[in-house]
This record gives sequence, structure tokens and C-alpha cells, in this order.
Amino acid sequence: MLEIRNLHVAIEDGSKKILNGLNLTIRDGEVAAIMGPNGSGKSTLSYVIAGKDDYEVLDGEILLDGKNLLEMEPDARAAAGVFLAFQYPLEIPGVATMTFLKAALNAQRKGRGEDELTTPDFMKRVKAGAEKLGIPQDMLKRGLNVGFSGGEKKRMEILQMALLEPSIGILDETDSGLDIDALKIVSEGVNALRSAKRSFLVITHYQRLLNYIVPDTVHVMSKGQIVRTGGKELAFELEANGYADYVTNAAA
Amino acid sequence: MVAVKETVEQVKQLDVDQYKYGFTTDLEVDKAPKGLNEDIVRFISAKKGEPQWMLDWRLDAFRRWKTMDEPQWARVHYPKIDFNDSYYYAAPKKNAAPKTLDDVDPAILDTYKKLGIPLREQEILAGVQTSKVAVDAVFDSVSVVTTFKEELKKAGVIFCSISEAIKDHPDLVKKYLGSVVPVTDNYYATLNCAVFTDGSFVYIPEGTRCPMELSTYFRINEKNTGQFERTLIIAEKGSYVSYLEGCTAPQRDENQLHAAVVELVALDDAEIKYSTVQNWYPGDADGKGGIYNFVTKRGDCRGANSKISWTQVETGSAITWKYPSCILRGDNSRGEFYSIAVSNGYQQVDSGTKMIHLGKNTTSRIISKGISAGKSQNTYRGQVSAHRKATNARNFTNCDSLLIGETCGAHTVPYLESKNASAVFEHEATTSKISEDQLFYCRQRGLSAEEATALIVNGFVKDVLQQLPMEFAVEAQKLISISLEGSVG
Ligand SMILES: Nc1ncnc2c1ncn2[C@@H]1O[C@H](COP(=O)(O)OP(=O)(O)O)[C@@H](O)[C@H]1O
Ligand SMILES: [Mg+2]
Repeated sequence: MLEIRNLHVAIEDGSKKILNGLNLTIRDGEVAAIMGPNGSGKSTLSYVIAGKDDYEVLDGEILLDGKNLLEMEPDARAAAGVFLAFQYPLEIPGVATMTFLKAALNAQRKGRGEDELTTPDFMKRVKAGAEKLGIPQDMLKRGLNVGFSGGEKKRMEILQMALLEPSIGILDETDSGLDIDALKIVSEGVNALRSAKRSFLVITHYQRLLNYIVPDTVHVMSKGQIVRTGGKELAFELEANGYADYVTNAAA
Repeated sequence: MVAVKETVEQVKQLDVDQYKYGFTTDLEVDKAPKGLNEDIVRFISAKKGEPQWMLDWRLDAFRRWKTMDEPQWARVHYPKIDFNDSYYYAAPKKNAAPKTLDDVDPAILDTYKKLGIPLREQEILAGVQTSKVAVDAVFDSVSVVTTFKEELKKAGVIFCSISEAIKDHPDLVKKYLGSVVPVTDNYYATLNCAVFTDGSFVYIPEGTRCPMELSTYFRINEKNTGQFERTLIIAEKGSYVSYLEGCTAPQRDENQLHAAVVELVALDDAEIKYSTVQNWYPGDADGKGGIYNFVTKRGDCRGANSKISWTQVETGSAITWKYPSCILRGDNSRGEFYSIAVSNGYQQVDSGTKMIHLGKNTTSRIISKGISAGKSQNTYRGQVSAHRKATNARNFTNCDSLLIGETCGAHTVPYLESKNASAVFEHEATTSKISEDQLFYCRQRGLSAEEATALIVNGFVKDVLQQLPMEFAVEAQKLISISLEGSVG
């Protein structure tokens, strides 16, 4: 379970406040969607959960299964089960995707006090995962994300999530830049990972993704706060009416 | 920015904290008087018991050197060197002329042991090393011992100090010394001709594949002393040799000069593979002390189908000025240069290569990887030229720079010159940076900041590490990690 209480966050140098007393709870097995206008703080929220340095937490807490994430290093949070599929995945030149995946998986296992996976065991898992997501084998030999198309990068994020088996998967605008076929593949990849123990936070600007990854709850974010919460039908309402109401409301 | 700042901080500490080879050995030494003049040149030659022709050669070089100026074109900055403020000869006293290892001062044997260089053949054989490596150990101005000499002799291979070669193999030395790097090639090389003290000599006879790796381990120990080593390797027709070179020096506040000359000659169908792991003391966190490494290395592919390959891993020295080069004289000859240059703290590196295509169908390949961190400056300087007669010359150059942090610099200076229309030169260059975002991405996946940095750096240097002999590759990888990985946390 992820619990976020009264979260206030500013940019590291204090020049701008982005999150203003945000509250959000995601139960085990729940798929929660956050929708909101550009600039409302969605990516910031995902970065703060994952532990990026650029932000200063002024107040509030974030608990994952009761553990205080804010006291943990980013790699420790990852080992504790936080996975963030980036809106803009980074390129790591010269480091073969396969090498990276293995290093990441073993680092997390080490962080949890588990043994390293044997190479054949690891290869089996990667190959099976890649196949499901339509990722060709030779892509795994290339530098991570180097020269990958937008869609390939997003698929690679989902492959990583599948391998790392997080307890909460945060998807930051995973739908952006995907054509409809890729969107379906990626959504199927995510749906296959849904389980009673694993929760998801799906961040999106558009309702379209939620046709494929059907959420249990939908939250509307504006000016660094959750301003409305509802079921999946809320997404349709937003699609029809836009965010204009929330932008003016929150500003008032 | 915190993680990168921390990495940079940690990396800065490293040269001080992690330079494991910074200890000194207390020994009684035999030194030349301080300063540089003709008498010093005579002193060195007399100490070595050299023949007249060698002394004459040195004196001629010295007179020429006095008319020359220090090169200014490299992107390195240092206060003017007072060449009279240094010692040009220092030799451990007890080691006047060791015949066997038992005659070598135990303090010196101990030093090499600490450095991880086994000198006793039975230790090497008993050790974990899977393949044999013969070692010539040069301590300050003298070679203290050369191992596996007898075994090599059976194969007809000569591996000894250059001082011994001058006495025992004068014809070979006369024929080849200065034939690749002419006496007046450049300021430091000319100085080296005048005052060189020791170094290694290798001769591989026709059709012989050298039965083991050869290596020289250079150690500067004495204070205020320059090391001027001279290495000459000759591979006769159809022969092969792989040679390794390692270097370290104690931590000292003052700068010390190391000006070496290395000459390689490969005759028809011969191949020489020369690898260096250079780890001279780089200076402290404030840029104080460290070795000035002004080195001239050149290989002459004199015969048809010959091949010379340079591989270097440069992590040490306050200043590195070094361009291992190939003269591709023989038809179908091939030159290769693989380099990893790591700079950190206040280190300055200006390094690269020259591939001079003279013969027909000559090919060359340059792979250079520069990694800069701290406040260091790292320059790749390379020249590729094709002579009028070099029909079908081919070169491929790939030159990549990786920056860690905001306060270092990387520069690429390629010179291409072709006088033959059939020559094809390809040049690729990239500059990248380990960014805060990349580190965060890796850490989000579970890697620690050090693991992430090491992963990115290893990915970056992989192509070059693969060129090193196995044992060296492992050592080099560790060395790079020590220089850069840091323990952020
Ligand atoms: N590291 C940062 N430095 C400066 N401004 C930032 C930074 N991160 C986010 N912001 C600003 O905070 C606001 C929220 O950004 P973001 O979280 O990316 O919103 P969203 O993902 O909802 O579009 C924007 O105005 C953005 O420009
Ligand atoms: Mg965003």
C-alpha cells in the first residue's frame, strides 16, 4: 500500500512550489490513474516518490507498506519495490541493454539480501519478457535506449518493470508518443503484471490509455493537489469537458 | 545536482586516498650531482661503463638539445621547468651490478612485491598467474633485474636492460637506436638521448613467436629525480611479441619529470603488440605534485605486412604528453592505437597518435576513449597522413569523450592530411556526459551511484579494454574504477 499524506514539495533551490498538500492512497492491487493538465505536478509527484534530488520535500510523508520512503536513497526505494516508467527514458550509451537489465536486477536482489540470478535463469526471463512485448533480441544487445524510437523506449520500460517485479509501478505518460498498436502491446504488458499484491499509479493526460489499462480509481490533479477522485467514469467526463474547470477552480 | 556533486567530490579525494603506490622505499643511493650539463652526461655514461660511441651519441644529442625549445602546442599548462634543479641519475647503491635475484637488495624486492610485481621466477610459477610473464624491473635510473632470461635465450629472444644491450649487443643497438625516433625529433626525446639511464631491450629473431609476454615495470623512487628510460624492441621477419609496460611513483609534493623514448621496429610479416598501464602519481587533490609524463613512442612498420599495435590505459601523471605512433612504411602494413585516458583532479592529458601512411595498402585504426572528471582537461590529438605513394591507405578513427561533472574539459584535435587521392580516412567523434538524470535513472533501477558510474564508464571503455592481455585488462579495469568510481553514499 502506498500512502501519501500532506505532501508539500518545492524545487530544490526553493524558487517554486509544485506540490501543495497532496494526499493519495493506493491499496494493494489497485490501479489508480492521475489525470491533470500539463504543469500540474504529475511528473514531480512520480520523481519525489522515486527519490530524485532536484526537489525538496517541505512537509508530509510517503509510506510504502509502512516504510518511510523519504528517508531512503533512490536505489533502496527501488529495492523496496518502487518502479518508475519514465516519461522520457534515459539513454545509456555503450551499456548493452542486457547488461544493464542484469546489473539492475542483481543490484535489487542484493539490496533485498537475495542471491544473484544465474545467467541462464536471467536470460530465460528476459527473452520471455521481450517476446511478449515484441522486443527483438538484437535490441537487447544494443546500448540501452540508444537510437530506440519513442515507442521502443516505452516498451523497454515495461520490460524492465516486468523483470523487476515492483510492488508499485508508476507509469508517467507511458502513452505519449505511442501509436495505437504499440499502445495495445504496452497495455497488455501492464495488464499481465496486475496482481492482488501489485499496485499501479498510471499518470496520463488523455483518457485513451485508460480504455486499455482500466483503472479502479481516477484522481484529478491540479496545481499540485488532488482536487477530485472518482471511478473510471471520471476519465470520460474529463475527456468530454477538458481541464478548464479545474484550472480555474484551483486558481481561485 | 547532489549526486553528481558528491561523485565529483569523492573522485577528487581519490587521488589522495586511493593512490596505493605512493609509498617510498628507503635506500642508500648513488646519485649524480644535481643539475644538467656535459659532465652529467659523461657521469651517466661512465656509470654505465658505456663505449665511446655511445658517449659521443649522447654528447651530440645534448649539444643539439641546448639549441632547442620546449614545445608549446599541447594543451597543457605548467610552470617553466628548471632542468638544472633535478638529479639525472639515481641508483640503489647495493645494487651496483646484480648477477642474480639473490644479489638484489631485499628492500627493492620488497617494493616490487608491494606493487604486486613478482620477480622471483619460482613465485611467478607458483602464483595464480596462468601465463608466464618475464619482467624487467627498472628502479629509478637502473634496471635491477630481468626475469626468465635463460628460458627466453633458448628461444633466441634477447630481453635485457638497454644498458646491457649497449655492452653485449652493440651492433643491434647501433643499427636501430634512433632509427625510429631521430635524435632531434623533439625537445624531450633529444633530452632523453643525452641522459637516458635505463630501459628495456628486446630482440625477437626471425620466425620466432616470443614464448611469453614480456614486460617492464618502471618505478620512480628517488626525490627530485627525473626518469629517462629508453626502450628498443626489434621484431625480425615473421616474428611476434607482446610487451607490457607498467609504471608507478611515490606521492611527492614536487613535480618529477619522466621523459621516455620507446622505439619499435617490425620487419616483414612481424607483429608487435605494445600495451601500457600508466599509473604514475597524479598529484594530490589540490593539484600539487605528480609526474610530468613527456613521452615519445613510435613504431616503424618497416617491413611488408608488418603490424604494430599500441594499447594504452593512462590513469596517472599530473601531465601526460604522449602520442604513440606508427610509421606505415612497409606495403600492407597495419598500425593500431587503442587508448583509454582517464583524468581527474587537476590532471592534464594531451595524448593521441600519429598514423603515417607511406606504403601501399596500409591500414590503421584508432580508438580513443577519454574520460574526464574533477577539474581535469583531457585532449585527444591525432594525426593521420597519407604520402603521395600510399595508394589505398585506409584509416578509421573513433574518438569518444566522457565527462563526469561540470568542471572538467574534453577536447578533440584531429589532423588529417592526404596526398594520395585513393586514401580513405574515416573519423567519428562523440562527447557525452554522465548526467544527473542518467544516474538517477540507473539508481531508480536499483543501482548505487558507484555501480551506475562504473557501469557507464565500463560501457564506454569496453572496446579498448578488450585489446589488453587478459591479466592486464583486469588490472586496468580495477584501476579505472579506483580512479573514478568513488564511493558515493
Ligand atoms: N526540476 C525542475 N526545475 C524547475 N521547474 C520544474 C522542475 N520540475 C518541475 N518543474 C515545474 O513544475 C511544474 C510541474 O511540472 P511537472 O511535474 O513536470 O508537471 P506535469 O508532469 O504535470 O506536466 C511545471 O511548471 C514545471 O515547469
Ligand atoms: Mg509530466
